Amino acid sequence: MSVQTDHIIRLVNLRKSFGRYEVLKGVDLDVMRGRSVVVMGGSGTGKSVLIKHIVRLLEPDSGEVWVQGKRIDLLEKDELDELRLNIGYLFQSGALFDSMTAAQNLDFILDRHTVMSKAERRDRIDEILSWFDLVDKRAHFPSELSGGQKKRIALARAIVLEPEILLYDEPTTGLDPESVRTVAELIVSLREERGITSVAITHDILCAEIIADDAFFLHDGRIIAGGSLDEVRAFDHPQVRNFYGQPLLNRPTTRL
Amino acid sequence: MPLAKSDTGVVRQSILYRILIKTGELFNFTMHFFARFWRRPFEFRELLRQLDEIGSKSVVLTAVTGLAIGVVLAMQSRGTLVQFGAEAMMPNMLALSVIKEIGPVITALVLAGRLGAGIGAEIGSMRVTEQIDALEVAALKPFHYLVTTRVVACTLMFPVLTVWTDFIALSGGFIESSLATDMDYRIYISTAFMSLRISDILVDTLKTGIFGFIVGIVSCYLGYNVRGGTQEVGRAAMQSVVVSSLLILLADVVVVRLSIFIFSSV
Repeated sequence: MSVQTDHIIRLVNLRKSFGRYEVLKGVDLDVMRGRSVVVMGGSGTGKSVLIKHIVRLLEPDSGEVWVQGKRIDLLEKDELDELRLNIGYLFQSGALFDSMTAAQNLDFILDRHTVMSKAERRDRIDEILSWFDLVDKRAHFPSELSGGQKKRIALARAIVLEPEILLYDEPTTGLDPESVRTVAELIVSLREERGITSVAITHDILCAEIIADDAFFLHDGRIIAGGSLDEVRAFDHPQVRNFYGQPLLNRPTTRL
Repeated sequence: MPLAKSDTGVVRQSILYRILIKTGELFNFTMHFFARFWRRPFEFRELLRQLDEIGSKSVVLTAVTGLAIGVVLAMQSRGTLVQFGAEAMMPNMLALSVIKEIGPVITALVLAGRLGAGIGAEIGSMRVTEQIDALEVAALKPFHYLVTTRVVACTLMFPVLTVWTDFIALSGGFIESSLATDMDYRIYISTAFMSLRISDILVDTLKTGIFGFIVGIVSCYLGYNVRGGTQEVGRAAMQSVVVSSLLILLADVVVVRLSIFIFSSV
């Protein structure tokens, strides 16, 4: 099934349970081409589960997942793989292949999905690593890199095939504020210079402020607020206020 | 009854129920392997790497195992054979024991220890660190890359390593015999193989291909399905060794029974 639309990603009434625990309770989400969307929310609200549906690492119990006009949740394996080549995914942990060097992590993908010669692949890898200021780390293994460097190598790997969509699962988790800013600015430049549509899952307010064109707030398996970042911030809901560091007025007092 | 309530009120699955579920999942995983292993992409480079990893890096371990088997078997059986005046049959007894049973089974068990733990832990840690998901998202078919290559490599390398172990074990037996009785190597060789048939050698060596398949598929299944963290990775590695070893012993009984039925050997 294929439909042409300006919505490059569309989730319709997405539901997902693990055992008896219902994580997503009917999520609707539209992402326009070329926009940078941030989905925020506290821990355990289903953000990672949501983003994994977009690339079909998880399959919905019900609902629809549209990517580039195709129902990704219904695609056959080969069509799915073809569509996935248009999607880059930055994992929360980086998920670098730890038996390979930084350059090999990129080469592994280029070798299998392109007809480039070895020399061409090498040039391409050096070019991408230079964007991230990591050429000198090309021969380093992931265990020899800092958290920020790993994230940047993982980002380089995610864009090596020049995807139209980039998905970020907590792109700045565990990084110091300087690295947060560096990674967030890289995400912005990828959108501005290459027109990549991005969806980021984060609970990092600084990161969201730097990268978001549109924002959504996920709570209890549902999107409870959407719009610009300012609109979401101003949304009158106890969980949103709590997320932005304002205390819940009706929070029950606890006694030790 | 599959579910039972403990004293603390927690609903637990019975052990039998969990074993049945795991057995069903392993069967499904195996069917999945057969449905996919002949399909593209063929990861020849990774297969070669695994053949090297499994084969050449197990050569010393299996050689030491074989040497110990040969020497000890020769030393321990000599006394009994002398009692019955059958010392000259020592090479024959050694060859029969080593080639038909001890060589294949001990080699498979030793390799199950080394490879089962290694494969289970490697794939398990790739699962918990999302590397398998990263392969999936990059359309790199992790099942082909990780599972098919390892299972095929184990299936191919076990018979080769068994032949190697048998050779070293028989050499060890010869060294022990020549030191103890000054036995000539031509007599040793001719006596050793006098009551062995080609079918014995083929069946008992090739059955280790089945053992290799068991080690590969069980370890890959347990590693591939790890959920959680490092503790579960360790558990998968341990279970890979235990389950593979038990299934090897079980498969040995079945294969020997079948070979006796088919070739009418005793």
